[in-house]
Amino acid sequence: MDPASFTRIGPVIWRIEPTGAMRVPVIIFADEELIRGMDERVGEQARNVATLPGIVSASFAMPDAHWGYGFPIGGVAAFDPEEGGVVSAGGVGFDISCGVRTMLASLSVKDILPVQEALADSLFRQIPVGIGSRGKITLDDAGMDAMLLGGARWAAEQGWGEERDLERIEEGGCMDCARPDFVSDRAKDRQRREMGTLGSGNHYLEVQAVAQIFDEKAAAAYGLRPDGVVVTIHCGSRGLGHQIGSEFLKEMASTASQAGIILPDRELACAPIKSELGERYLGAMRAGINCALANREILGHFSRRVFAEYFPGESLELLFDVSHNTCKLETHEVDGKRRELFVHRKGATRSLGAGNPSLPRVFHAVGQPVLIGGSMGTSSYVLAGEPTSEEAFSSACHGAGRAMSRHAALKQWSGRQIVDELAARGILVRSPSSRGVAEEAPGAYKDVEAVVLAAEQAGLARRVARMRPLICIKG
Amino acid sequence: MSATGQVSRFGWEHFHHDADIGVRGWGRSIAEAFEQAAMGLTRIVTFSPIAADTQVDVECHQSDLELLFVDWLDAVICEMATRKMLFGCFAVGTDGRTLKGALSGEPIDVARHAPACEPKGATLTALKVTRDGDGIWCAQCVIDV
Repeated sequence: MDPASFTRIGPVIWRIEPTGAMRVPVIIFADEELIRGMDERVGEQARNVATLPGIVSASFAMPDAHWGYGFPIGGVAAFDPEEGGVVSAGGVGFDISCGVRTMLASLSVKDILPVQEALADSLFRQIPVGIGSRGKITLDDAGMDAMLLGGARWAAEQGWGEERDLERIEEGGCMDCARPDFVSDRAKDRQRREMGTLGSGNHYLEVQAVAQIFDEKAAAAYGLRPDGVVVTIHCGSRGLGHQIGSEFLKEMASTASQAGIILPDRELACAPIKSELGERYLGAMRAGINCALANREILGHFSRRVFAEYFPGESLELLFDVSHNTCKLETHEVDGKRRELFVHRKGATRSLGAGNPSLPRVFHAVGQPVLIGGSMGTSSYVLAGEPTSEEAFSSACHGAGRAMSRHAALKQWSGRQIVDELAARGILVRSPSSRGVAEEAPGAYKDVEAVVLAAEQAGLARRVARMRPLICIKG
Repeated sequence: MSATGQVSRFGWEHFHHDADIGVRGWGRSIAEAFEQAAMGLTRIVTFSPIAADTQVDVECHQSDLELLFVDWLDAVICEMATRKMLFGCFAVGTDGRTLKGALSGEPIDVARHAPACEPKGATLTALKVTRDGDGIWCAQCVIDV
């Protein structure tokens, strides 16, 4: 995008004034280079979101924003149900509650290196990954509904997780007001054998080394130390979430006009929060959130089992588990008034600052961990939420964001080439798909360091630690 | 390696999207364009040959042609995911509101098919079902992967 088409209101804050049907402005957090790298359609989509009924304050785009469907990926928007506000299936995304969890090993990099190859192979064998993989868990109807109600709490009760993890998962590991009865049989069938599977595309499990500490106090509070080792998992609600998203997207698209909603683009399909369809979607979507929380808890459990084989007694304590594709009812202060709003974060992470009453007790003093995924060959970051992120409804970025399409990446790299290049740098990649690795080449992503720096300069979240990959299990 | 499957006046291709992949199918009828787009969908996953060993039937109903196209691709994605299969041959019959489709394929063989990324769902982004001046139908949308 051309920076000249925006009003610059700070070094990393840009604004589009409301025009036409826009009800609020657009605010984009990015440096000039990131703005230039964004597709024109990011601005167009953010402007379209600004036209939706009941939107409050602004339509926001994070530093990693890129062209999505309906909402930009990296988009944040809050809606007031008392002002005709809407909920949008496209504003949450198909991979409902896709997110990241990071677990802390008590090990150092020197402990990993002698077993790095074997550990990579064991993780690849034990973690179901890629298309066609089958989970080790099959759910019957009662088990499915219990999982959709209980989330990570259910997983821990079943023995596929730990009770002590729950306080370090958003919503205490269990999203309230989930309605399994609003989830279709087809969605449940799609999930029946997918619990504890990683998926494909940009989903991954990485063993990472803590390469750099930026904020010693927060790092100590989070349990991160130089040369320490962490395990990070990026995945979501698998087939169940995808099916919920698909079904409601079409239903919202075909009924929006009946609800009196004028859409600038059909892909913004949405429904009034206070409508039968809106409530049905919210109930199903919350069940999808629980599916994702349960899935990451189970994957964490599988990872612990593998680590215990190599390092007896290693418990991989959970640092945090946070989602970046959600819509949640939250209380925010807008123009001095506290309001109950439905906040959509599509490819954006909640970023609660120190002292926020919604924070888990363990993070009160330093703020919520904001987990930023890199790509196979680049760094990942742990950030800490800042109170000033409240300007954007306590939100921050979620990753690097793609700079190049999959098609273009495939033309430029081969999977073998990427695996070999990364191995030469001490990063072991295990994947069932050479083409999948090529499509996910590190060079196909934006500069994650520029993204997190912009987030820090914008006051959304501050850098705590940088991690570099040692092992990457990729779908 | 090709990302198109064009033969004369019908075929499929992938088109650019930042994070996801667009699929476009075209043919001499709506049904043929839909069938070709489904082939493009399969080619998001694998370029390997797929045996037509097993047939699965699907049925879709929507209020307009574009949503019917999205529903058709979603039906293929759902059958791929639920049955752990890949489909390489498609037969569609439609009146524009209702669609009956037959998908022929085989179980995913990870070693042979080396499946890449998993389609999550068909989106309404870049969604179009159109007919050009020569009577050729084109159906396209972005697939979330």
